[in-house]
Amino acid sequence: MEEITYLEAIRQALWEEMDQDERVFLLGEDIGAYGGAFKITKGFLEKFGEERVIDTPLAESGFVGAAIGAALVGMRPVVEMQFADFISCAFDQIVNMAAKHHYRLREPVPMVIRAPYGGRLHAGPFHSQCPEAWFVHSPGLKVVAPSTPYDAKGLLKASIRDPNPVIYCEHKYLYRHAKGEVPSGEYVLPLGEADVKRQGSDITLITYGAMVQQGLEAADQMSAQGIEVELVDLRTLYPLDTETILASVKKTGKTLIVHEAPQVCGIGAEIAAVIAQEAFRHLDAPVMRLTAPHTPVPFSSPLEDFYLPNAAKIASKLKDLASY
Amino acid sequence: MSVGTEDLLKFYYYLLLTRGLEDRVIKLYRQGRILGGCYVGSGEEAISVGSACALEPRDVIAPTHRDLGAHLVKGVQPKEYMAQYLGRRTGLTRGKDGNVHFGDLSRHIIGFISPMADGIPVAAGAALAFKIRREPRIAVAYCGDGASSRGDFHEGLNLAAVLTLPIVFICHNNQYAYSVPLSRQMAVPHVADRAKAYGFPTRIIDGNDVLAVYEATTEAAARARSGGGPTFIECKTMRMRGHAEHDDASYVPRELLEEWRRKDPIQRFERTLREREVPEASMRAVQVRVLKEIEDAVDFAEKSPLPDAHEALEGVFAT
Repeated sequence: MEEITYLEAIRQALWEEMDQDERVFLLGEDIGAYGGAFKITKGFLEKFGEERVIDTPLAESGFVGAAIGAALVGMRPVVEMQFADFISCAFDQIVNMAAKHHYRLREPVPMVIRAPYGGRLHAGPFHSQCPEAWFVHSPGLKVVAPSTPYDAKGLLKASIRDPNPVIYCEHKYLYRHAKGEVPSGEYVLPLGEADVKRQGSDITLITYGAMVQQGLEAADQMSAQGIEVELVDLRTLYPLDTETILASVKKTGKTLIVHEAPQVCGIGAEIAAVIAQEAFRHLDAPVMRLTAPHTPVPFSSPLEDFYLPNAAKIASKLKDLASY
Repeated sequence: MSVGTEDLLKFYYYLLLTRGLEDRVIKLYRQGRILGGCYVGSGEEAISVGSACALEPRDVIAPTHRDLGAHLVKGVQPKEYMAQYLGRRTGLTRGKDGNVHFGDLSRHIIGFISPMADGIPVAAGAALAFKIRREPRIAVAYCGDGASSRGDFHEGLNLAAVLTLPIVFICHNNQYAYSVPLSRQMAVPHVADRAKAYGFPTRIIDGNDVLAVYEATTEAAARARSGGGPTFIECKTMRMRGHAEHDDASYVPRELLEEWRRKDPIQRFERTLREREVPEASMRAVQVRVLKEIEDAVDFAEKSPLPDAHEALEGVFAT
């Protein structure tokens, strides 16, 4: 097995899907000759040509709408949002046109919107957001948020092959900070299945995206103190794998949910409610959340460091929970 | 352009069927027999019928709520339209959506949704797919004057322009967006003035003349199909009723409506048919056929089952 970056895993998934399915094509800003703001599509124009690697005008709603139209007539478009923050410009096309289409007309809309999201890069309020909960709240969309190169590749391939609109949240910090082994051959991971990244019997830590790394680091610190944390990596935010969540919570009786997005009405709120409803009698402590505060993402280092959850803050919460 | 008697009668059939179905739906609305709002295109039938008749069967359209005629030309059956209005399972959305919010890709119709102009970039995307696959098909995107203020209108036109897409844009300039007159919608006299900025041909035509719409669309479709890129056709017309039937449109000057009533597209076309010596008996046969189809459609819809309540949960995702 070869060790590659999260960025390379995404690049490989796109390349392989384009190579084997001529319906797959790319739309986005600066993805052609420039190779994308993060260089995911470097070399794609040369290999696949300008009809399948389309540099669009700066018009997110326009090119998301175009992707929907192409999907409706049999293509499999993959849209690159330059930053997930700009996805709000295309919100209407995503939640009104793409998300509701199958419900109304029983016609599939097979498309993927890649959304480079998340903080820790000192990029400020407009290049750091985590918009995933907006889309989880919109029936008709699947939302994926991988944490490792292995998951990133297998889940992107599944997203491209899925007959529904998928918001694929790829964490920008992980692009070059996450490395891992990926099989050389073809593999696809199913959407809607969480992955237990670490087994443990004392506390369940539920998270996704860049917080998985931080959570694993915190879990190692706790292990040194004799507390064994089980880490559930959601991987897909909709459909949510409540089975895996509840199995773990029933085993440990204590739960910490961590995400980088703001707390109010976030993914964590939904998970906490599901646990309260389905596993109440198994709980030995209140379900806890550690998230970003209810502010925009700040720019300057001390502010952003304060804003984001990290391994130390997670470990501190886990300690509170352990001694509850 | 020569249009034979057979085509003239086809246009006549779709014009009458569109007007007749919508008049019938208005009555049903007044009688409280349909669910929800009632949106018609009275006085604008020549635009949807004339344009859709100029297309090849596999060309894709993205119509609006004033384009019943285009749906019918593309093969939507009157009974499906009525069932849709009555919220029946036999409607094109099986009761999931109402009135003219429907489509069917097997008949090459992209379903309309309420946010205006959303269909424009979507139609451009269908055209992009045809271009990538080198299929000799085009897309037609419809909109109103109000929609031309939305970003999706401009983003869609611009995208189509820079990618030289096989698409025709057809605008019903019916002079009102709900209650807001054109003068508050834009500070230029024509919607085509806005479209001109994108660098492809624009035309302004009489939207109440079905033959003018047919001719302009035929020309634009040929350009699109041969790789010449988009065309924007502004069809001047008048919204003869409220935005929907709950709206009495008292904000529209009566004189303006009177002026446009004299330009009614169907009465005008009947004069044309007589000038071209289309036999009265043939016209009468069309009228009789249309009346029967409308009554059959109402009958079918009213006898159709409503969806079962649990169907509300079905179909959110494709499998």
